Amino acid sequence: MTIALDLAYVAPTSLEDALGQFAGADGSTMILAGGTDVIAMLRDDVIQPTRLIDLKRIPGLSSVEIREGSLHIGCLATFSDLLASDPVQDRFPGLEEMARLVASVGIRNRATVVGNICSAVPSCDAGPVLLTHDAVIHTAGPAGERAIPIDQWFVGPRRTAIEDGEIVTHLTIPVPRYHHGAAYARLSRTRGEDLAQASVAVLVEPGYRYRVAFGAVAASALRARRIETLLAGSGVDAETIDAAVDLVRDEVAPITDVRATARYRLRMCEVMLRRAVIAATGRAAGDGPRYDVTLV
Amino acid sequence: MRHTITLRVNDEVWPLDVAPSDVLLDVLRGRVGLTSPKAGCERGDCGACTVLLDQRTVRSCLILAVEVDGHEIVTVEGLGMDGLTALQERLVELSAFQCGYCAPGVILSATELLAEAPDPTREEVQEAIAGNLCRCTGYASIVDAVLAAARASTGAAAQEV
Ligand code: FES
Ligand code: FES
Repeated sequence: MTIALDLAYVAPTSLEDALGQFAGADGSTMILAGGTDVIAMLRDDVIQPTRLIDLKRIPGLSSVEIREGSLHIGCLATFSDLLASDPVQDRFPGLEEMARLVASVGIRNRATVVGNICSAVPSCDAGPVLLTHDAVIHTAGPAGERAIPIDQWFVGPRRTAIEDGEIVTHLTIPVPRYHHGAAYARLSRTRGEDLAQASVAVLVEPGYRYRVAFGAVAASALRARRIETLLAGSGVDAETIDAAVDLVRDEVAPITDVRATARYRLRMCEVMLRRAVIAATGRAAGDGPRYDVTLV
Repeated sequence: MRHTITLRVNDEVWPLDVAPSDVLLDVLRGRVGLTSPKAGCERGDCGACTVLLDQRTVRSCLILAVEVDGHEIVTVEGLGMDGLTALQERLVELSAFQCGYCAPGVILSATELLAEAPDPTREEVQEAIAGNLCRCTGYASIVDAVLAAARASTGAAAQEV
């Protein structure tokens, strides 16, 4: 099976050049990074670009490092790069937990974190965790540079706030000022499966300040602010957690598709929220499950 | 427009003339003549097409040949230039595979793991090959063989069943 498409390919060696080539392009030009989504969609005939602009020949775009109080993730950094990064291992255990659960090694070696939120499928794994971390997406384009808070990024299934001619250069994530706990629970049929059927990310900072986000159970990854408000300030006593779990059905809108029914997704969101809140709270206190113990 | 690229495949230099839409898996099988990377799902799910790209496992069905111009690719054919590797010997000894369709991908994934973690846990082995679907074995025999190879090479006493 081959790709039956008349395709042009360019691989600029500077961001300026890439932006220049992308600026004048029509809608049939696409940006290529790791390609694990783009090539799969090409093969499935979901997209029919006439030209690909490959960013991989541009140096300096795959860094994962702390710059001015934030974790900087370049647009070519892969999930494997995230897992190998010292700052991630030391200060972002929730990011690490998420990256470890993304598909399988062969995909993580190639798929980029930025690409994951750019293809913006509802089940994207990076979305919920980045939402709980208040990540910012940085773009460059014809109108200059923009910084877009992640809660304004996802507009719908496979749709983001990116404008014509813009390229995401990197993400930044503020380093949490206090010791925090995190948890990412991901439902899939088998280990190594690429797409989550449902997922929950929880982050808790001292004073029981919670941030909660869901993936694969709405048009795009979403923050669950009512649940956050309910949990705020009050540890994890049984009553509060029950009340939080009761709110799940108001926050998410799962659909039935080939991978799971809406009902199963909703029920599992409830189960996973309970486990993730308890795990994150325990981890913040230093007595939760280890980060490499999966919650589902 | 066609592109002239150079791949270093199993230590051989291959100048190739490719169309941008040519997929690496097809180029390796059809042009370079290496048939160990298999066409399974051809959409990233099964791992049968796994190759080592600059020493890391990737799915060659999700890569265009033009993207890897100048890079180094290793397939099972190029693994043990002087016979089977220790890992392959264990897999044979323990009859770890049945039909063998998944074998090239599994072998490369386990090779990558053992290069990074010479003495892995059972969990780590399972995680390393989680993206390589096997319809025959149920995986236990494969995991056993990878662990046996690791133990033999690190000389560690058998601490795990
Ligand atoms: S053939 Fe490439 S992953 Fe299945
Ligand atoms: S041995 Fe047949 S698919 Fe693995």
